[in-house]
Amino acid sequence: MRFLLSDEQREFARTLDGMLRSAGTPGVVRSWASGDHGPGRALWARLAEAGVFALAVPEEHEGVGPLPLELAVAFGELGRHAVPGPLAETAAAGALLGRLGGDAAHVWLPQLASGKAVASLCVLWPGGSPYALDADAADAVFVVDGDTVRLADAHGPMQPSADPARRPARPLGGVVLAQGPAVPAAAAYAADVAALVTAAQALGVGRALLERTVQYVRQRTQFGVAVGSFQAVKHRLADTLIALEFAQPLVHAAALALTADDPAAGREVAAAKVSACEAAYAAARTALQLHGAVGYTEELDLSLWIRKARPLRTAWGTPAACRARVLAD
Amino acid sequence: MDLDFTAAEDAFRSEARDWLAARVPSVPLPSLETAEGFAAHREWEGVLFAGGWSVVSWPEQFGGRGSSPLEWLIFEEEYYRAGAPGRVSQNGISLLAPTLFEHGSDEQRARVLPSMASGEVIWAQAWSEPEAGSDLASLRSVAVRTEGGWRVSGQKTWSSRAAFADRAFGLFRSDPDADRPHRGLTYLMFPLDADGVTVRPIGRLDGKPAFAELFLDDVFVPDEDVIGEPGQGWRVAMSTSANERGLTLRSPGRFTAAAGRLTDLWRSTGGSAYGPDSGSRPGSESCSGFESGSGSGFESGSGFASRSRSGSDSRSGSNPGPNDAALRDRVADAVIGARAYQLFTYAHASHIAAGGSIGAESSLNKVFWSELDIALHETALDLLGPYGELSDEAGEAPAHGSWADGYTFSLAGPIYAGTNEIQRDIIAERLLGLPKGRR
Repeated sequence: MRFLLSDEQREFARTLDGMLRSAGTPGVVRSWASGDHGPGRALWARLAEAGVFALAVPEEHEGVGPLPLELAVAFGELGRHAVPGPLAETAAAGALLGRLGGDAAHVWLPQLASGKAVASLCVLWPGGSPYALDADAADAVFVVDGDTVRLADAHGPMQPSADPARRPARPLGGVVLAQGPAVPAAAAYAADVAALVTAAQALGVGRALLERTVQYVRQRTQFGVAVGSFQAVKHRLADTLIALEFAQPLVHAAALALTADDPAAGREVAAAKVSACEAAYAAARTALQLHGAVGYTEELDLSLWIRKARPLRTAWGTPAACRARVLAD
Repeated sequence: MDLDFTAAEDAFRSEARDWLAARVPSVPLPSLETAEGFAAHREWEGVLFAGGWSVVSWPEQFGGRGSSPLEWLIFEEEYYRAGAPGRVSQNGISLLAPTLFEHGSDEQRARVLPSMASGEVIWAQAWSEPEAGSDLASLRSVAVRTEGGWRVSGQKTWSSRAAFADRAFGLFRSDPDADRPHRGLTYLMFPLDADGVTVRPIGRLDGKPAFAELFLDDVFVPDEDVIGEPGQGWRVAMSTSANERGLTLRSPGRFTAAAGRLTDLWRSTGGSAYGPDSGSRPGSESCSGFESGSGSGFESGSGFASRSRSGSDSRSGSNPGPNDAALRDRVADAVIGARAYQLFTYAHASHIAAGGSIGAESSLNKVFWSELDIALHETALDLLGPYGELSDEAGEAPAHGSWADGYTFSLAGPIYAGTNEIQRDIIAERLLGLPKGRR
């Protein structure tokens, strides 16, 4: 057993971190939120060039995947830098089409891997979302409905989210791409991939919130001292770190289980999803509280992460659904 | 990155599992916090030692197997999975022994470790004093130089099982003129039946008498029982406190096993708490903890792979009502928490195997497992409804009162081995880099 990331995986994370840091993602997020997808698509192309989207696509379709662990590593960095767009959905669409194969895979997967196409995905099942994230920015919106996969040809009105960088809409109409008993199984796998990378993304969001808040309480003084010297402040931050640190290995284990097609993968993914997202959400609450009033402003970039934590918690598996799944047979 | 065990590790696990299956008492021993139970647990330590399982991670010359941290984790998983007795030698094995390995002399190791491994000598810790708890460095008990050793006086307290133990170890102020409180301390070992030692048992929250305070009046401690250099006791002791907080005191196997039993209990109740109408008593079924011999809830090596076999009666999966969803969530959180702790320690073991070491990170463990332990037991008591309060002395107590007993024990977790408040300070200051402040 060597339950540690390899040097290559760490280096991959560092590379993405450096690239995203210099890309100035807060400006990209704000553009995306206003409906200007240009800077977001430019960043998307750079992420594709770094190999992020190919990780979900099988080799026979010009990808390098599926590599769930590398996806988790990459999505940690995407979350850390609040990258906007249907990221989990594109990865999950790659997983879906990769499993299904056929013409749709042949047409779309190379484009997803290369970043030429941005995909969104909507899986219509009980408790799932009826929306496709960023449907207006996507080149392809895939809809799974029972044993059918459709390529939507339109979407309903945009439904702005409490996180302005998330723009859901109902997918409408479309042509059938695949039908049959293979669809539900492929969709379940795709949803697990989506849940895994959402968990990883949430952890990145949580880490960014923690880092920024630690920085802030070190320099913010009241009563003549740094507020970070107060126990009440320290203990909230300590709890934030604990939650993130104990969610991380669950995310790695879930990625390994998906890689191995382990029959318990669903439970591992659910455990990772609920733990990572609860940790990230708690980090957001702490970040807001410890920043005080300035944290409650849109102009502070912190708001980009604070508002992301809550929707990620629900996306691709609510906490209740995840907990139920952990105990399922 | 992988979570795979080697063939040798699998064989090690099988060997431990088979050995334990053949020897773990079918009915739990009396509480190790009582005189009778202490003696029974001491005897069990002897059985473990004879089988070579009492201190697997120690070198062979002292009674161990030279096992790796991962093998130790495997052994612990099997140990708690088998519902084996609590370890009465815990304080010596997890606190004193690591100190001796790091700071002791060859003579001390040869003299102390074998009898610790066999349970012949059981050790108690003597850290806290009435005026020195979290602020341990303010301790006042003194050691005064004398010919061939030291004369020790003062008062120690909250010394677990010192009422029955044979020897103790702790810190004493040997240089009252040192410029800082944590300088001028010396780490000493002494017999609890020495002249000048008075042991006064203190009833704990669970009513058991094994806690004690120690009054030391001019007790002679020979030089050979000083660990490390005189005056260096703080540094010597800190190496053990990291052990106590970290994985060696509360191994994940303990929690994965408990979470497995909790899941069994939850399934056996059909997903809701026992009540006056449920028509059966939980102890009357196969769900009831120690006697069930159930699995851990996730089979070793494959994560959440399969649910344990016992307790899966026909009521499993019945439709829980709205109140039951809350209980279900808590059961799930216990299972997830135990798995997270297991994986976190696998990562630590991998880190150590790769040549790394664990420092302030052990404070993360301490807060996590102590809170997990309480939440897990609270959930069990709530599932048991009116049976949850029955202690190990109640004939009708489910699982021989192990849930109630475990619950009361868990309440001490956030306090001992450095309170969780101190741990959070350590996390904030050493891992997050926040400035020191007033406590």
